[in-house]
Amino acid sequence: MLRVKGLKAEINGKEILRGVNLEIKPGEVHAIMGPNGSGKSTLSMVLAGNPAYKVTGGSAEFNGKDLLAMEPETRSYEGIFLGFQYPVEIPGVSMVNFMRAAVNARREYFKLPPMSATEFLKLMREKRAIVELDNKLASRSVNEGFSGGEKKRNEIFQMAVLEPKLSILDETDSGLDIDALRIVADGVNKLKTPETSTIVITHYQRLLDYIKPDFVHILYKGRIVRTGGPELALELEERGYDWIKEEIDAQDAAVAADR
Amino acid sequence: MAAVDQYLDLYREHKHLLDTNGAEPLNALRAEAAKRLSGLTLARRGDENFSNFDLEAALTPDYGLNLGGINMQIDPERTFHCDVPVSSKSVMMTLNGTFAARPDTLADLPDGVEAGSLREYARLYPEEISRHYSQIADMENPLVALNTLLTQDGLYIRVKRGVKVEKPLQLVNILSAATPLMAVRRILIVIEDDASVSLLSCDHSQSDTADMLALSTVEIYAGRNSIFNLYDLEESTLPTTRLSTLWLEQQEGSQVTIDNLTLFNGKTRNEFYCRFMGEHASLRLYGMGIEDRDRIISTYSHIDHKVASCKSDELFKFTIDDDASADFTGRIHVAPGASGTEAYQANRNLVGNRGAKIYSKPQLEIYNDDVKCSHGSATGQLDPMEIFYMRTRGIPEATAKQLLRQAFMADVISAVEVPSLRDRLHLLTERRFAGLDSACSSCRQCNRNHAD
Repeated sequence: MLRVKGLKAEINGKEILRGVNLEIKPGEVHAIMGPNGSGKSTLSMVLAGNPAYKVTGGSAEFNGKDLLAMEPETRSYEGIFLGFQYPVEIPGVSMVNFMRAAVNARREYFKLPPMSATEFLKLMREKRAIVELDNKLASRSVNEGFSGGEKKRNEIFQMAVLEPKLSILDETDSGLDIDALRIVADGVNKLKTPETSTIVITHYQRLLDYIKPDFVHILYKGRIVRTGGPELALELEERGYDWIKEEIDAQDAAVAADR
Repeated sequence: MAAVDQYLDLYREHKHLLDTNGAEPLNALRAEAAKRLSGLTLARRGDENFSNFDLEAALTPDYGLNLGGINMQIDPERTFHCDVPVSSKSVMMTLNGTFAARPDTLADLPDGVEAGSLREYARLYPEEISRHYSQIADMENPLVALNTLLTQDGLYIRVKRGVKVEKPLQLVNILSAATPLMAVRRILIVIEDDASVSLLSCDHSQSDTADMLALSTVEIYAGRNSIFNLYDLEESTLPTTRLSTLWLEQQEGSQVTIDNLTLFNGKTRNEFYCRFMGEHASLRLYGMGIEDRDRIISTYSHIDHKVASCKSDELFKFTIDDDASADFTGRIHVAPGASGTEAYQANRNLVGNRGAKIYSKPQLEIYNDDVKCSHGSATGQLDPMEIFYMRTRGIPEATAKQLLRQAFMADVISAVEVPSLRDRLHLLTERRFAGLDSACSSCRQCNRNHAD
């Protein structure tokens, strides 16, 4: 589904990703962990197409198509979804108008007529139920005045409406209490099918108790430095990142000395 | 030769014609207006309170004036249908400054409301008109002096004491000409004590080629505990210039909203002079302008807190794109005795590209310690993160920007208290940001249909 090779990217002239390799097949759940500043959020932004980031090398293919050549909206139509670490507040744009614009733009891409009001409301109602999102939020501006938990549930609600093939959830667990975490994770699990894949970016093993990963990757200094199964996350929880950092820094030093 | 000289010459040559098609209360002040104008050079771009507007240049072209009222026999219903209806029957109209109405429009007015041609009222009730005409508007202002020099007609509204008008009244001002034309109109609004009314005023121009100038002076008296809302919408073509001054005097306990909505324009200068005469009065002065291509909008406001315990809330917002430009100068003056004043002023602007310009001068003069006041100006661009967030949900970039611009203007439109009208204005603004040629398309559409 997704094949990332040697992906390099920078922001404001500062290189953050230094050659990321990642392959994701349909139905798989991948967790990406790593210390602060290792490039986890940058990877999610680059895959979703944030124009503030500049890709300086490598490639990313999504279902056989060149992902990096697509506009962010086209990536969405093709099945990429990014759940934001900090969902953006958009004062003055109501959730309803926002979702209607999103749904109908997508339908237009697939040459379908706009959705009728009745159909649309039914869809909203169904999808809201998945994350127990309060109806009253629908008339409010996007994410404005939402609590931390509501913002994250709102992300999963949008994911439910857009039915992506690959969801990238960037620290969806940050700022959530245990109950909200369970609701969000349950939502993600309900939406899971054998054809859809998920990238879960997180700091904590806790989320992975709810969303079970098939693979765990450690991102450090802009590269994936280790890949393993769910047990790798448990090891990180126990030992922290220092042992990985030491290992990689020693390797880097050795490479530098060889030169 | 200064720009005003041609109008002074016109006045001297055609005084008889001006007066014949005017009315005594209007005619009586022309000589005084001429005196004020003589020898005057109008403000140039960069002068005090004219950061980006050249008044002298705006009045320099040789506009024709229809002083004789020729070919004014029109049937408004057949000429024009405004796209912002509030009530099918209460629509009044001026064509090139002259009042025109369907006969049953006036018959349909609610009890206790007088509304119609300023000229006709001035002829029938000269004393009533003289009592108010040009009493607030200051002839020191050259636009007022020029309007007073040349005005022959316009609109008069009087809402009698205690009368509450439920449905908004609507005035449609049409500019229509094949050759360059100046339309002079005067609007006099008297809201007596405890009365209330809303007025929607729509400016439309119907030519894409001929230069047209609308010279408008509005005077509003808001009596004790009265409520008055004015929604002033402009939808003009590029060759149109609008020079408008609005004068408001509020008595004790009155509540006034002025919401100035510029959807389309050419060159526009809007001046607002608002004065509190009695305590516990409140004013909301809102405005917006959507400026693109080479449109220019210039706004000056002066709110005078002469007495204690009044509240003013001022908000002007502009979006500026392409080579368009806007300027805002806002002055709030709190007089020495005006304790307990609340005065808030804000100007916010969205600039779309390098060629677009905004000049902003918020000003607050406070001569009293016991006040709550704020003023501020902020100019910026759309937030790239908001745009990106929307794009990740499949909303195309252009649509995302359109939604954000629409959202930016939302609070200015929300000041409109009539729900149907507010919804309509939201829709018109949406269409405007969607790049539709005319947000309120039916005027030209209708015209075309009638021409067919």
